Parts: sequence; C-alpha cells; structure tokens
Amino acid sequence: MTTRRSDAIDYDDNIPAGHHDEIYGVMAEFATADELLAAAHAVREAGYRKVDAYTPYPMEAVVEALEVPRSKMPLVVLIGGIVGCLTGFLLAYTTQVFIWPWNIGGRPYNSWPAFIVPTFECTILFAALSAVIGMIALNGLPQPYHPVFNVPAFADRASSDRFFLVIEAVDPRFDRGEANRFLSGLNPSGVSEVEL
Amino acid sequence: MATLDLDRRGLGGIAPPPEEVVLAPGHTPATITDKITAIVNGRTPRWWYIAFGLSLLVLGMFTTAVGWLFWKGVGIWGINIPNGWGFAIINFVWWIGIGHAGTLISAILLLLRQDWRTSINRLAEAMTLGAVACAGMFPILHLGRPWLAYWLLPYPNTMGLWPQFRSPLIFDVFAVSTYATVSLLFWYTGLVPDLGTMRDRAKSRVSRVVYGFLSLGWRGSIRHWNNYESAYLLLAGLATPLVLSVHTVVSFDFSIGIVPGWHSTIFPPYFVAGAIFDGFAMVLTLLLPLRAAFGLQDMVTERHLQAMAKVMLATGLIVFYGYLIEIFFAWYSASNYEWFMMRNRIGGPYKYFWLALILCNGLIPQLLWKKSIRANVVALWLISMVINAGMWLERFVIIITSLHREFLPSEWGMYRGTLWDWATFIGTLGIFMTLMMLFVRFLPMIAMSEMRTLTPGSGSHGAAEEHA
Repeated sequence: MTTRRSDAIDYDDNIPAGHHDEIYGVMAEFATADELLAAAHAVREAGYRKVDAYTPYPMEAVVEALEVPRSKMPLVVLIGGIVGCLTGFLLAYTTQVFIWPWNIGGRPYNSWPAFIVPTFECTILFAALSAVIGMIALNGLPQPYHPVFNVPAFADRASSDRFFLVIEAVDPRFDRGEANRFLSGLNPSGVSEVEL
Repeated sequence: MATLDLDRRGLGGIAPPPEEVVLAPGHTPATITDKITAIVNGRTPRWWYIAFGLSLLVLGMFTTAVGWLFWKGVGIWGINIPNGWGFAIINFVWWIGIGHAGTLISAILLLLRQDWRTSINRLAEAMTLGAVACAGMFPILHLGRPWLAYWLLPYPNTMGLWPQFRSPLIFDVFAVSTYATVSLLFWYTGLVPDLGTMRDRAKSRVSRVVYGFLSLGWRGSIRHWNNYESAYLLLAGLATPLVLSVHTVVSFDFSIGIVPGWHSTIFPPYFVAGAIFDGFAMVLTLLLPLRAAFGLQDMVTERHLQAMAKVMLATGLIVFYGYLIEIFFAWYSASNYEWFMMRNRIGGPYKYFWLALILCNGLIPQLLWKKSIRANVVALWLISMVINAGMWLERFVIIITSLHREFLPSEWGMYRGTLWDWATFIGTLGIFMTLMMLFVRFLPMIAMSEMRTLTPGSGSHGAAEEHA
C-alpha cells in the first residue's frame, strides 16, 4: 500500500488534476445503515478483501460483515496493567525495604497490605494509558492526511449521517471499471473514485 | 415497577410511553449532528457572556485569596490546633466526591447498558474534570509550603527522601492523580469522533485546524471503531473500580486515624455513596439550567431526570443509613470517647450543623419518592442544591466535630472559617464554572456519535426499535 502511494506522489507533479492513473480506491455512499450492511456483505461475497467501511458511529454488524480481525486492545491493556502492577508494587517495595527503610510502629519493612493501594492505582493508570495510546497507535493515528477526505461528500457527511464503503486499489482483485460497476449495483446514493 | 419495565422491554412488545424515551422521536443522525454542533458553531448567546463574566469574577476572588495565602501563609485561615483540617480538607473531600458521578455515569452505567447515560455522560465527565481540578488544589494549598508539593511524588532526589507508602496521605496522591488522568483520558477518548465531526462542520479555518488536530485525523473507519469500542469498554472497566477506590482512599485519610468519629470501617462505602449522591446533585445543578438554555429537552428527557433523581434517592438513603448506623456504632462500641463524640456532635456546640445536615441529606431528599416532584424541574434543581449544601455540611461535621473535642479537654478548641476560607472555597466555584462555561461553548456537550446509535434504524445496540 505504501509503495503504491509513494509511486503516485512521484507522478502527481506531472499529471494535471483529475487525470491520475493511480487512485486510492472506489467509494460508494449509502444513506442508511441497512444499505451499508447489505453492501458490506455483498462486497465480501464478491471476493474483495481490501475493503473498508466508514460510519458515523460504531456498528458491530459491519465489523462482522467485513470480517475485521478481533481487536488486539485487550492484550495491550492486559500488558499495560501487569507492567503497572509490578511498577507500583516494586516502587513501594524497593523504596520502603532497601532505599529508605523506616520502622513505623513495628511494622515489617515489606508491609505489603499497605502497598496494595499504590499498586492498584498504578495498575489502573498504566492500563488506562495503554488503552488510549494503544487505540491511537493501532488505528495509525494521528494521521494528518488521508485520501478519503478528497471526496467532498465524505468530508462533508461521513462524520455525521452518511455511510461509506471503499474498495481499495491495493485489493488483488481490484479493477477500476469493475469496482465502479460493482458498487453502482449495490443501491448507493453515489459512487466516486478516491484520489490519492 | 421493575416487572412493569420488563413487560415493556422484553415481553409485551408495547411501545414505551413518551416519558420513558431517552431521545425524542423524529431524531436522525443528521438532526443530532446539526443540533449539537449548532450549540458550538452558532452565535454566542448573551447569557453565556454574563455567566462567563460572573465565573471569571469569582475566579478572580480565588486568585486573590490564594495570592494572599501564598504571601502570608495558612495563618489567614481559621485552622488551629486541634482543628488542623479546616475548610481545605472539607472542600477537598466535597469536590472529589462531586467528580464521582461523572465516572459513575460514563463508566458504570455503560457497563450496565443503561442507555439513558448517553446524553449526559459528556457533560458529567467534564464536570468530573472540573471538580477534580478544584479538589486537587486544596491539599496543596493546605501544605503550608505549597511550592514543595512535588515532594509528594516518588522521584530520586539529592535529599535521599521517598514518600512513605504506608501513609493514606500518599495513597491519596496516587489515587487522586490516577483518577484525574484516567478521567481525562476517558473524556478525551469519548470526544475524538465528535471532534472529527466538529472539524468537518467547522466554520473557520482556525477552528477546522484546531478540531482537526485534536481529532487526530479520525475518519470513522470500521477498523478504527473496532479498536475504539474495545478501548472504550476497557477504559470503562478500569474506571469502575478506580472510582470506587478513590473515595475509599479518601475515607482512609480519616478511618486509619484513631480520632473518635473517624476510626470506623463504615467510612469507605458510606463515603462512596455520599460521593455519588452529591455528584448526581451537581450534575442536575448544572444540567437543568443548560438544558433549558440550549433547549435540550428532546435529548435530556424526563426519563433522564427521573433516573438521576432515583439514583440520588437511593444513594441518599445509603448515606442516611450511614448517619444512623454511626450513632449506633458509637453507642455499641462502649468507648467513652466515641459515645461522647456522638453526643457532642448531636447536642454540642455544632449541633445546628448536624441538624442541618440531617435535614438536607436525610429528610428533604425523601421528597424524591414522589414522581411529580422528580418530574418538576424547579423542585429537582432546588433539591439538588440542598444536597450539594448538605454534603458540604457532612464533611464539615465529620472533620470539625471530631477534631474540636479530641481525647483530652486540654486540647479542645472551636473552629470557624475566616473570610479567606470562604473566599477560597467560593473561589473554586469560579474555577469550576469557568471551566464548565468554556466546555459548553467550545466542545460538543453531548456525545454525538453515541447519540446516533439511539436513533431508529441505526442498527446498533440501544436503538429505539430494539426496545419497542
């Protein structure tokens, strides 16, 4: 995907706007969630694999229809939580036992019940940070530029009330004319090519 | 009541009556976007300038009071020996408690799939952040040498000092800073898709760039939503035990000490219930005027008000039970000091504070049993103000009635807040209101992407047709 995009940028300078040989993909716009869902099933059955849907709110049914792999978020957060737990406990343990031992009312240096609170708080803190940073990283954000915004209807309404489906040019079965024809047959309110 | 609801939801297939809807009929994803972005993109209403100006004035009072505090020291406050914890700690506990409702609404009610949380969670989370910002200031101002507050953090230093991890005061540092961070992360994560909408709807280039920058280039890809939903749910799962831990840890500040009236195992649950009680009162205090000002009755419906009033009633009863069982414990403990503390709390020099507390938190909220009162916006707002005051009194009573009569009569002494105590306390209301005013003006105050899932035909959980 990246090689194709950088190729395209190379000849962007020479070819006037609207005459790109390379495109990001073909996009269909749908007015309702049901139409998008039906289209997502159809595009998958037609054998396309590099397909993405864009919705103004989360839709689990579309995730399933496009067979998006399970999110890795739970694993990321679990690792974050374990690291936080160890950090919290070891911070309390090493400082109170080795670096700065104090006898407080005859309690053992390793008074672990008292260390549960900092341990717990660090677990939550690290897990929450890894949830947010992990989500941003797994989504490839922040992304200042993305070709889909070149479609005016997308930039206008994708974040509000319209549903979009894109067959990407990197799909092995991708053919510009064929993709156009196929998406036009799915009852969209519009089909457009996404320029790079 | 519960069986009736079950009938409507699952068995009978009867459409819910109008007062039960969480979103007025006729809304589509587009109308939700239009309505909520218009609040930010439209002309600034005149009342906003007045409210913001007033908030800034009160904020000015805070900076004056704190400036004088930094110049003179904590001697300008009413604290003394034995009343070392005066307004600063009362206000700290009050504010941090208020924050709890925001997390409860956004995290716990999400896990419980309560769809009425959707239109109020953004505002409630913003309220949490404002409240935690106010709360966090008080322990630092109370330090006496606030410029050394960073000594509380664990970092290697030339003095060879480390925080004492057995101390509840250090627990507090960890709990409150984690709470502030996680609340901010949760709020921001929820905002990202809506910031994308704001970017696409921006009127000027500057706002498009700013919202675009904050939205991280969000484009609503289904792969993004997949990770996003997972992350959001996990954050909710993490915030749930966190919010319960925070007020528990705050209550440890008291219950780990041996002072009569503090040394009690009832404190953690009773503090958490009080926090939610007060937090919901503060949400209503803010929400009801904003709902009227922005005409949000179609999104914040009577169902929301009824539900919030019921949560207040339930948590209020837990708190009231706490007050009564404290009296029982004091007597049953057979400790002279505990029993004296309780008799002194009820009949001593601060008896009117205790009576006002019982009136505000115990008796007046019982009006919420009546459905017509829960539906009456003015009555609900007044009751929530009474609860806000009552919960402040609760912290005053807990702290002062225990401290002013400790074990030995030689260490007895009265406490009263000075002008500077009041200026600092009321001043934090200025910080809070300033933050809230900026929030409603510059950010979408209702979670648009979540509201869209409530529209018919959205094909998502919580859509109206699935319940009907």
